Parts: sequence; structure tokens; C-alpha cells
Amino acid sequence: MQNNQTDYLLHLADTTLILSQRNSEWCGHGPILEQDIAITNISLDLLGQSRNFYQYAAQLITDSKKESGAKTPPLEGLGEVTEDSLAYLRTEREFKNLLLVELQNGDWGQTILRQFFFSQFQYLLFQQLQQSNDAQLAAIAAKAIKETTYHLRWSSEWVVRLGDGTDESHQHMLHAIDELWRYTGELFEAAEYETAMGIDLAAVKQIWTEKVTAVFDEATLPVPENSFMQPGGKKGVHTEQLGYILTELQYMQRTYPNSNW
Amino acid sequence: MMHKTIDKKMLFSYLEEIKDPEVPVLSIIDLGIVRDIVLHDDEVEVFITPTYSGCPAMDMIATEIRIELATLGFKKVNITQTISPAWTTDWMSEEGKRKLKAYGIAAPDKRFVIPADGVECPLCNSTDTKLMSAFSSTACKSLYVCNDCKEPFDYFKCH
Repeated sequence: MQNNQTDYLLHLADTTLILSQRNSEWCGHGPILEQDIAITNISLDLLGQSRNFYQYAAQLITDSKKESGAKTPPLEGLGEVTEDSLAYLRTEREFKNLLLVELQNGDWGQTILRQFFFSQFQYLLFQQLQQSNDAQLAAIAAKAIKETTYHLRWSSEWVVRLGDGTDESHQHMLHAIDELWRYTGELFEAAEYETAMGIDLAAVKQIWTEKVTAVFDEATLPVPENSFMQPGGKKGVHTEQLGYILTELQYMQRTYPNSNW
Repeated sequence: MMHKTIDKKMLFSYLEEIKDPEVPVLSIIDLGIVRDIVLHDDEVEVFITPTYSGCPAMDMIATEIRIELATLGFKKVNITQTISPAWTTDWMSEEGKRKLKAYGIAAPDKRFVIPADGVECPLCNSTDTKLMSAFSSTACKSLYVCNDCKEPFDYFKCH
């Protein structure tokens, strides 16, 4: 149970951290100043959520190390387990983030569409987690869903604006769907730790599909049918992209171990 | 030992001196960031809550609380961050809302989340205003522009 709980927390933490890192790449490059600020604000919210999940996971891992007499630490070789060691010193195969969030940003339309797919999913998931028997997990979700509400509203408005915009913007959105859709299947494919935690992803999938279909209809965009879905991230099997992200994200701690400021 | 004579109520008023680094017109008490203070002899525990999960000001606020309480003579200051119940703009004091407006930021209005228009301009009081961007200079604000005085202004989002 303990391992399923920490694995699930790490999955939530890694997913929000990697999407935060990806969105932050837009800093100084957004299409206009207001939207540059919007995407980086979302990035900051996700980083804060990620810290809450990592801190909680670190506390559980540390507690279980004490109980087991530190003979078999859940994550060997890390020394003291903190939010920082979990983010900066785990390898690619240990990261459990969704594949969707590690993909390259592509153009603005693709970044927007990914945010919309993710925020719609996160909103429904956090609605469920708010009711969790795990009081700390419920508290983090209740805090974070307020932020997710804004992300969802902002990203869905942009999907409509671009999908039902010009021929050019419509084409870009069709391309973005083509790039991203195959990674949405994983959102609802329960990993062992999700099943153990009692997460009902089938319920999330049903509402997610309805909501996405409604926004796509308004945006005059087609919902793909029967397409191939690529899973893997939840189990630590990633695309080529994650390695590059971690190289950049973990560079300082890897090069100057224990550096602080 | 100055602190012997200090009670919880007085501590809240001492902490009024600490301002939010991003909205320096508001104290951490006005914002409702300080949830509780527990006193044991020369030890004190302060419970604080972030406005947003990613609020970058929390570390600085915690440091300032430590300094303020150390100068009052407390030997040990514990600061505990709580996230439940989640912070809401409902906890912002009326005095805080008045100070926000005087500072040029429209105060959160419970009637709406991010209204497309109708937010009162803090500069000329016109309600002929429009939303420019749901995200602004910090995560807790939205950007508006006034159609009457033509000035842009921030609105503190309901949360």
C-alpha cells in the first residue's frame, strides 16, 4: 500500500513538474506579452502543485525508511529523501509522468491543445481526489483545482479561438490533434498503483470525452476515432524527449552535487 | 523578557507589519495568510497558508515572520505551512480590499470569477471596463482595461 501510494504521488508530481518545465520554455517567446504571461503563470501553478506532491511523497518515504530500520529504502542511493532529491536525482526510467506532457511544445496551437487535454483531465481527476480518504492528497487536490479551473477555461477558449479562427489556425490545430491524440489514451489506462489507490479513470474518461467533444464541436474540429494509443509514461517507459528535459532540469544538481542557494 | 506579556491577539497585530512582497500594500493578516498562532512559553508556532500552490512569496514571508518574532524575544519559532482548508479570497479583510483599491488593484468580487466586463475601475470607478487577459503580473490577478479613463489595471481574482 505504501509503495502504491508513493508511486501514485510521484506520478502526479512528475506529471505536473514536466508540464511546468515544458510550458516555461515559452517564457519570453509567447505570441504576445499577455499570453506569454498566461502560459508561464500556469507553469508556476503546476510547479507549486508538483512541490506539494513531492513533499508529501518525500515525507512518506522518509517515514517508511525509519519504520523499516532503513535496511531497504524505497529509493536506494538517494541519501536523504526530499522534494529536491526526488525531482533532481531520479533517472528517466523512474519518472512516471504522462507521455503527453513530455512532448515537445510544437507551435502555440499544439501547446494550447496539450494544456486543454491535460487541464480537462486534471480538473476531473482532482474533483475525485478531493474526496480521497487520504486527507493530505485530498487537501492538495482541493487547493490545486482552483488553479486548474482557470487553466481549463483559458485553454478551452484558445482551442475554440484557433480551431474556429482562420484557415491557417484551423490547419495548425488539425496538425496538433494529429500529433497529440495518440497520447491521450494513456490518461485513462490505469497503472497498478492507480487501481490500488481506487482511482476511477473510466468515470473520468467518459466526462473528459464529452467535454472535449463539446469544445471541439464549437471549435469546428473533428474528434479522431479508433486511433492507435501509445502508453508507457506511467510505467517509466518514455519517449526520447524526456531525457533531454531531465538533462536540462537536473544539470545543476548533477554537475554540482548538493549545491544550494 | 518582552514576550511574557504578549498574547495571541497582540501577535496578530505585530504580524500586521509584514507585507505581501508582491502586493506590498497588504499585510499577511489582511490577506488571511496567517491561519493561527500557538504560544508555549518562549516558543511560538505560526500556521500559514499559501494563496496559490506555487506562490513564490511564501519562503520570504516565513523568513520575515521569524525575524519579527525573534526580535520580540521568542527563542524558538516554528512555521507550519497548511493547505487545508484551501485559501480563499473570502478571507481577505474589508480593510485589505479598501487598501487594494487605493493601491490601484480592483478587489475580488464574489459575484463573479473572471467577469468579461463590469469590474469597477479602481482609478475612476467606472464599470465600463473589459478583460484583457485572465492572467496578469502575478498568478492571483487578471488584467483589465477601463474604457472611460483608458487605464489598464489589475483585478485580484476570486479564488
